[in-house]
Amino acid sequence: MTNKPPSSGGFFPRNFQIHPPAYTPDYKSSVARSPKLALVSIGNGISEIAGPVFGHEELGPTDNDLIQNYSAKGQSPIGERIIVYGRLMDERGKGIEGALIEIWQANSAGRYRHTKDKYIGPLDPNFGGCGRTITGEDGQYEFRTIKPGPYPWPNGINDWRPSHIHFSLFGPGFSQRLITQMYFEGDPLIKICPIVNTIPDKEAIGLLIARLDMANTIPMDTLAYEFNLVLRGCRSTMFENRPEGN
Amino acid sequence: MTLFPKIHQELPSQTAGPYVHIGCTPQMAGLETIYGGSHLGSKMVNENTLGIRISISGKIFDGTGTPIKDGIIELWQADAQGLFHSPAENRGKSDLNFQGWGRQPTDILTGEFHFDTIKPGRIPYLSSNKLQAPFISIWVAARGINLGLHTRMYFPEEVEANAEDPVLNRLEHQNRVHTLIAKPLEDGMYQFDIVLQGENETVFFDI
Repeated sequence: MTNKPPSSGGFFPRNFQIHPPAYTPDYKSSVARSPKLALVSIGNGISEIAGPVFGHEELGPTDNDLIQNYSAKGQSPIGERIIVYGRLMDERGKGIEGALIEIWQANSAGRYRHTKDKYIGPLDPNFGGCGRTITGEDGQYEFRTIKPGPYPWPNGINDWRPSHIHFSLFGPGFSQRLITQMYFEGDPLIKICPIVNTIPDKEAIGLLIARLDMANTIPMDTLAYEFNLVLRGCRSTMFENRPEGN
Repeated sequence: MTLFPKIHQELPSQTAGPYVHIGCTPQMAGLETIYGGSHLGSKMVNENTLGIRISISGKIFDGTGTPIKDGIIELWQADAQGLFHSPAENRGKSDLNFQGWGRQPTDILTGEFHFDTIKPGRIPYLSSNKLQAPFISIWVAARGINLGLHTRMYFPEEVEANAEDPVLNRLEHQNRVHTLIAKPLEDGMYQFDIVLQGENETVFFDI
């Protein structure tokens, strides 16, 4: 029996049971934007297994600090100061190093700094609402920000989004590309949100809820939330198949 | 062999929402100065990039035929030699002046997106020696899209290569192949429209 490692294969197939289907009529925007025909399944070749590389030098030192990256000198945004931290790993539990994480969010009043957001909640002159970072060697990441406020949105007559932070994730493979949202433990708006409820598996929703982590708060300063991120895993990575130093 | 079993579940996707630009193309949202004034993926080529210059523009249409004006679109492609700028590339060294990845918003007023890039070289199909026709991988995210959509753009002048392409050939509905082939405009310019739903719905892939 040969004892070779499996050839560097593709990613584990996506588990569509935990993702929202394209057509979710309670989230009205999906109705005209959902493909009706089936996705065509193709295997993973190099174009799907490979993905772009982002260097630390492309990022600025305060890019992951939303309290600082838009505020005037000596000022800071209004709201609950929080740290959001965790680890990005693949489905095998291995940390993913060098991944790009981008986040965006409303301010503490539930207002986005976007030319199209006309909500009555005021803009905060010291808050931009975007951040980005590159994961460390074991996939660890952290952001400092303020807790976003909930806000009403035009869907049903009285729909409100729970407090949330949008996450855009880039693993090493283009087929791992994922955008999702992080929610906050204990928020009563989660269970009645039409966007949250596009996810058919109620247990899977729990994967998007960050845990209040008192052990990592900074006393008299900042609360901490732990949010671990998982992207599709490969049966084996390119690196595991390569001889040392190659 | 060492078994590395799957022990976790990929996070469920959620829509990018209407304000995806704040995080991914902040200048479009009105955050003009952040991140040094430009977004990642805004420029794909420089003067030293090897290959034939091309540009791609188009719109993304919803099921009513309305262009969407709040989306983002990303390209991922091989360099002119058919090599990827990625640690996963072990067939050779790719062009150092070409990252192969680009990102643009759909215009807030017109819905049009635009990329300046190069025509990619051909790459093998899966682990075979068979070459695919040249193509660019595309990923689309927007409000109302619950899970980002993968598609591909092929080139209209590659008649022979397209006819032999293993991915195009495996489509059950051959009358949908045209949704993956760009339209030629002037020299080096292509139009590639994406239709999310309805007549001429673009082929989207589960990869």
